[in-house]
Amino acid sequence: MYPVTELIKNLADQHGRSRHNLLPILQGVVEQERYLSEFSMIEIARELDLPASEVYGTATFYSFLEYKKMGKNIIRICKTITCSMKGKNQIVKTIEEMLKINVGETTPDGNFSLLQTNCLGFCHKAPAMLINYEVYTDLTPEKVREILTKYINNKGKEV
Amino acid sequence: MAPIYQLKRVDFIFKDENDWKEILKNSISRPPHELINELISSELKGRGGAGFPTGLKWKLTAEVENPEKYVICNADEGEPGTFKDREILSRVPLKVLTSMAVCAHVIGSKKGYIYLRGEYFFLQPELNNAIGVFAEYCREIGFDFTIRIFMGSGAYICGEETALFESMEGKRGEPRNKPPFPSTYGYMGKPTVINNVETLAHCYTIFEYGAKRFYDLGVQYSRGSKLFSVSGDTPKPGIYELELGMSLFDFVEEFGDGDTKAVQVGGASGFLVPRKGFRETTIGFQGKLTGISLPTGGSMMLFNSSRSMYNVLDNYLEFFREESCGQCTPCRVGCQQLLNGIKAVKRGEKNARYLEKLLRLTETMQYTAKCGLGQSVANSFSAIVENFREEMIY
Repeated sequence: MYPVTELIKNLADQHGRSRHNLLPILQGVVEQERYLSEFSMIEIARELDLPASEVYGTATFYSFLEYKKMGKNIIRICKTITCSMKGKNQIVKTIEEMLKINVGETTPDGNFSLLQTNCLGFCHKAPAMLINYEVYTDLTPEKVREILTKYINNKGKEV
Repeated sequence: MAPIYQLKRVDFIFKDENDWKEILKNSISRPPHELINELISSELKGRGGAGFPTGLKWKLTAEVENPEKYVICNADEGEPGTFKDREILSRVPLKVLTSMAVCAHVIGSKKGYIYLRGEYFFLQPELNNAIGVFAEYCREIGFDFTIRIFMGSGAYICGEETALFESMEGKRGEPRNKPPFPSTYGYMGKPTVINNVETLAHCYTIFEYGAKRFYDLGVQYSRGSKLFSVSGDTPKPGIYELELGMSLFDFVEEFGDGDTKAVQVGGASGFLVPRKGFRETTIGFQGKLTGISLPTGGSMMLFNSSRSMYNVLDNYLEFFREESCGQCTPCRVGCQQLLNGIKAVKRGEKNARYLEKLLRLTETMQYTAKCGLGQSVANSFSAIVENFREEMIY
């Protein structure tokens, strides 16, 4: 059995196998794997006895359920109005230069993916970003460099 | 001339929650109709932005006969410029839980959920702690009600109540047709009360101090206080609890940086007020006050004269284009076309009269879109295009 299949079985045991348990299961897979592969979506469909297209339709609706391969750490920079006004572009540029990737890409070593996202709800401390589930606010290029260095030194694990 | 009200700071919501056990015990020993009347006489309206009377919502759901009902706390706070609900859940979570339990007592429910947006994943551990403490006390006093967190996964539209139910049922977060309303057909097709986090926190205040204390604040049609999330070009961004019915002019005096060009009231889906409109605009729900009264979920974003309103509109439209769920054509195609349209005008590919065509498109969306997202794009679009026309073109 593939490890993902086992993970999906365990998640289904834990949450249940009804349609209304689909989202927690998808979230559980993303938490472990960082994304939903076609294979895992088909496995989830099999486990919950749903059409695979339904699983795909649901998964692709939500911006936090990635369906392309992602890095170990996903950086999401808020691009909505206040963050955008308070220097979001500079932050994006700093990270792009540091990791040598563009928005939407993953580093070759698979440690980081860089994405932009809609309002994170930290407009009063703009600009803000999420690394995995951790929030960083009042960002400046210096601060971002410091934060990323910590992640890089920990070999891409959460600090 | 609109009546001028001074800003009045209020401190109810973040006042300590030490008495929650007592309030819970007292409230659930009162008959449901008495609690409903208390809420109705306080004239509390939903604090998520739409402003439906809370007491009436509870009453309608209580009147439906069904052994299975749900209480849902809407913590899918996604409106740009809003960040108050997170603060409530991290500072006074027990107030929200207490009100959910009182609601359960009123409508006859055994199960409650907090729909927490995916972006606030980090709140989960502390919120679960509070739920644990709360559950223990419920067991102690023999009150049968369980609360669980349901995590969202990053979709603005799931803040719309019926889209939220769909999401909880494991589907795409696409709003349903209304009616039927949640009071008869909500989560899993059962009668459901769904309240915003802040609304529930205000309910606690009303149960603690009585309806009169709450009603005495505010103005006609807009009673009580409200949390405001202040951001943008302001020297003091943050969260403030203020009495409803204030004039926007006073607000800008207090929070502006002296150079405020426009204020976005109620987030991207709300209303944009240019400087000339500050004096005649009050913040509250629509009523018979002279002048314009704007409802808000609490988002107040200030723009000073260094900001290009074209960029602001471009940013909003990109937001709506991405967050539109895509099920109804006016919203899905409309948001794309509006964004393409203003870009074309800015680049000179279309002449300025094209803006009128776009305004007509927003009007169509206002009438034909299925839910509030598509309907409300017109609000900020028309205000920006009409008041800052030259910035759109040159």
